[in-house]
Amino acid sequence: MANKTTHTTEYRVLARVLLVLMFLTFLTISVTSYHLAAFSVTVALLIAGAKGFLILTYFMHLKYESLLLRILVAMIFVLYAVIILITFIDYAYR
Amino acid sequence: MTEKVIHLQEHADDEAKKLGMWLFIFTELLLFGGLFLVYSVFRAKYPANFHEGSLELSVTIGTINTIVLLISSMTVAMSLTAIQKNNRKLAMILISVTLVLATVFLFNKVFEWGAKFEHGLYPGSKLMPMLERGDLLYFSLYFFMTGLHALHIIVGMVLLTICLFKLKSGSVNSQKYIHLENGALYWHLVDLIWIFLFPLMYLIT
Repeated sequence: MANKTTHTTEYRVLARVLLVLMFLTFLTISVTSYHLAAFSVTVALLIAGAKGFLILTYFMHLKYESLLLRILVAMIFVLYAVIILITFIDYAYR
Repeated sequence: MTEKVIHLQEHADDEAKKLGMWLFIFTELLLFGGLFLVYSVFRAKYPANFHEGSLELSVTIGTINTIVLLISSMTVAMSLTAIQKNNRKLAMILISVTLVLATVFLFNKVFEWGAKFEHGLYPGSKLMPMLERGDLLYFSLYFFMTGLHALHIIVGMVLLTICLFKLKSGSVNSQKYIHLENGALYWHLVDLIWIFLFPLMYLIT
């Protein structure tokens, strides 16, 4: 059965999300031009995370998708975080 | 005696098709995730080399590519809105814009890579093994990750071109647009990967 009750994201919502994404892009560039050393990676990754969240939520429509899908997506990121954590624990204690 | 032909009721499950694409996207996330993991370990080990390596890349071109992909993500999302509103012509125009932007991205990549090739920096060159270990790792990762990403861009373009033809023929329409939705999801994934690739490759301080 075709989706008749699916939510349609309005053009202006998508345009606004783009504007925020572009702002965050320029923020990343300006922040990484300061010499924050170790912090700049963290900040850059946090901003990238925010951009990713916006893309997932609005462009990829997760905000309006089923709970199952949202939980699955969250779980993948948790899984990935665990993989990173374990790898770094291993690496740090060699 | 006339033959009785039984037609099976066509059962289209769009939610299942969408879930299928998401499951595939999960595998792609872990694919690039694994590469990012390799990158993080070696960056932690050779921070100076990675910084130096990133200076060889053009932040300007990288920024243009980032903006180009972000806009293309919006246009493909808008094309879905358009077909849901039964505006087939607009949907087709928006996908075409997405494809043009994707071509711009690839062109920039060819330009960037070409510059590296001219300096003898390419996978399998004589220069590469002569580099310091950290530099070699950085450029190997650069070529592999941006190359794999570019491959995904090409695949995405093929998918979206198929969607364009399906829109033209009407097999993607305001009642049945799951193919476009899935194609758009794949395109957003490609954008998502670049969102992380850009700061990690180009903006290392």
